[in-house]
Amino acid sequence: MKSSVTAAGAGLLFGLGLGFSGMVQPAKVIGFLDIFGHWDPSLMFVMMGAMAVHFVLSRMIQRRDQPLFDSKFHQPATKAVDRKLVLGAAVFGIGWGLGGFCPGPALVTVASGALSAVVFVGTMALGMVIQHGVHASKTRGRR
Amino acid sequence: MHNLISSYGFPLLGGAMIGLAASLVLLTHGRIAGIAGLFGGLFLPGHDARPFRFWFVAGLVGAGLALSWVYPTAFSTSRTPSITVVGVAGLLVGYGTRLGGGCTSGHGVCGLCRLSVRSLIATMTFMVAGMATVFVANHLGGSQ
Repeated sequence: MKSSVTAAGAGLLFGLGLGFSGMVQPAKVIGFLDIFGHWDPSLMFVMMGAMAVHFVLSRMIQRRDQPLFDSKFHQPATKAVDRKLVLGAAVFGIGWGLGGFCPGPALVTVASGALSAVVFVGTMALGMVIQHGVHASKTRGRR
Repeated sequence: MHNLISSYGFPLLGGAMIGLAASLVLLTHGRIAGIAGLFGGLFLPGHDARPFRFWFVAGLVGAGLALSWVYPTAFSTSRTPSITVVGVAGLLVGYGTRLGGGCTSGHGVCGLCRLSVRSLIATMTFMVAGMATVFVANHLGGSQ
């Protein structure tokens, strides 16, 4: 019960932050990526604000033995810098530049009823399912 | 002055809220606040903590509802790409974030804060790819 409240609260705070920051405006995101044209640097400050807070707080939090509602801190399993990482990030970047949405802002914007965000979240979920399917068939082939 | 606040103050404030929310996720659930990962793990097989994922995503959508009620100008849809382009973009973002193991929040905010080399390389890659895409789209698409 408590944990669903903190989860929803964190999501709410995250989403409000995305809303205030301007990340939910595809035109603004595309302007931020348009460094060879009319570059709009303002979204750089989103990154600065987020990192300034999280860099300090995450270090304080991880001094604890465990989080409040779980038995351990979950760290990413992979450390390898491989082709998947670079290729995946490149494909994501192309999609980000085309649509002006990354996953968080798209999920927030869905609630505004904007058709573009609804379509984006739908095809994004489809893309995730396709990637999962390709990955699953590849690992099966290796066995 | 007003211009300065809306251009840099709001992004800075919004960013700080995002950083605080990511810290809250770490403190309460011990997880990385990567939206692509949290969202994908909601419906892809082989993932744990589904209630947490569900409530977090519900919070994100709830924020959208609250914003469209009290601050609807947050969602300016001026110069938004066409539905077809946005649909293709979603497909690429979904595929790419799962293959690369993260998005702007997971690799960008959380990963860079953890000083992860993987996340640094991913972040530089998606930034450059995004910039190159906008450059090509603006020059070949003639949208501006």
